[in-house]
Amino acid sequence: MRIAVLGAGHVGPVIARLAVAAGYDVSIAASGDPQDIALIAEFLAPGAEPRWAADAVGDADLVVLAIPWHRFTSLDPGPLAGKVVVDAMNEWPPADSPTGTSEHVAEKLSGAQVVKTLNHIAYHEMEEPRGRALGVAGDDPAAVGVVATFIERLGFDAVRVGDLAAGRLLEPAGPVFGLALTRSEFEQAGGLL
Amino acid sequence: MITFGLDTFGDVTNDRDGHPLSHAQTIRNLVEEGVLAEQVGVDFFGIGEHHTPDMPLSAADVVLAAIAARTSRIHLGSAVTVLSSDDPVRVFQRYSTLNAVSDGRAEVILGRGSSIDSFPLFGYDLADYEDLFEEKTNLFAELLKGGPVTWQGKTRSSLHEQDVVPHTEPFPAWIGVGGSPQSVVRAAAYGFSLMLAIIGGHPSRFAPFSKLYLQALQRFGRDPLPIGVHSPGHVAATDEQAREEFWPHYRELITRLGKTRGFAVPTEESYAHEVGPHGALFVGSPETVAQKIAATLRVLQASRFDLKYGMGGLSHSSLMTTIELYGTQVVPRVRELMD
Repeated sequence: MRIAVLGAGHVGPVIARLAVAAGYDVSIAASGDPQDIALIAEFLAPGAEPRWAADAVGDADLVVLAIPWHRFTSLDPGPLAGKVVVDAMNEWPPADSPTGTSEHVAEKLSGAQVVKTLNHIAYHEMEEPRGRALGVAGDDPAAVGVVATFIERLGFDAVRVGDLAAGRLLEPAGPVFGLALTRSEFEQAGGLL
Repeated sequence: MITFGLDTFGDVTNDRDGHPLSHAQTIRNLVEEGVLAEQVGVDFFGIGEHHTPDMPLSAADVVLAAIAARTSRIHLGSAVTVLSSDDPVRVFQRYSTLNAVSDGRAEVILGRGSSIDSFPLFGYDLADYEDLFEEKTNLFAELLKGGPVTWQGKTRSSLHEQDVVPHTEPFPAWIGVGGSPQSVVRAAAYGFSLMLAIIGGHPSRFAPFSKLYLQALQRFGRDPLPIGVHSPGHVAATDEQAREEFWPHYRELITRLGKTRGFAVPTEESYAHEVGPHGALFVGSPETVAQKIAATLRVLQASRFDLKYGMGGLSHSSLMTTIELYGTQVVPRVRELMD
């Protein structure tokens, strides 16, 4: 399976590195010329290929959105149609209570299957997954299955929390945001039991 | 040569009864802390700009100038200046002035701002977060060259052959990086030294950033520049005492910050990990902290270590103890270990 990671900031290279380590074919793209992120890819995600975003997305089976929230509005939804898209973004500055950001993402990316995960763990804690529980939420059960398998191969324990509306549970100010939890602790904290 | 600094965010400290001191008294105490840092042989004293009631040090350069007047050797600088929400011309003027009054002891560490309180305060839009830092870093690099400046951008008015005063000797300028690889490359591109702010996890996870920086310097045809590390810590006579003093205040702060920044709420277990050899908290006896600093400098190819001391709610006297132990015991021990 081919993975395209969009974003070469704090988060993107970490996810790309984990995906390479898990044996995926990975490309990474920022908003501009892949040459601009060639060094970043070489040192922070060796094995991931820097590409133009449109090319990376075009060939990908799964796209990870790891761009700043305020940049999402300028993202062209066209190439993402038909793709499974992981929304790892958070609203910033954070709202006082969950606002359903992934539902907004899904609305804009009509034709894509948006799955929310990887947003509620700090980038520097992603490096050692150690079976930490990550919530996975999406409206399309098949896409949720694809993403759950993906993050499990990365080393996390995927906890299905329901559709995107239920995925508000994973947002800042929600009960599991930023917490290192096992599956059972996650289910308890999130009221899933 | 390896140099050692102390950084503070100017947290409000508590009195003996656990009541917070006034902002004015906190600032006066900070001057005493800077003076003590010089007396115990520390090379650098830095103040990180913040704009909140619990961290009221919004005008670091004024405090640094007061410390400059009472010291003669220690370097003084920001840790960091939130350049994104400041005017690079004004920052350059303030630190050039500090450089003059301190007889060439100014340094500046520029950051994008992980705490973003200064954006609404000064009328900046977070949507411009990346552009502001990119443009202002570019302008600051031009200013550091020392001649008349010609510059054009979107985030402030252009300059044409502008002579920016005062003219002083060049001073060291760093970019503080919390985890953004673009900032690492940007530092290399513009010829800034790299200060890695490591506040969680194993310091070795930043080793690829050091390699990226050194490679990028080469790519841009620049000579090698120093890499520094900034990490939080607390030193006391014993490991146990240091850990016990620091823990409640650390837990309170990280729990609060975690709500907006995605940090995990600290548990006793996670704290034990962070203060241990694989974590980013330099908390313990002088020997424990020295061993950890030496290991960190080696793995990151760094030649500067800044201990970010202090934490809201600690007392001024316990901070003075940390400063004294850092200067008199930790620093000499690290030098010995690195020989």
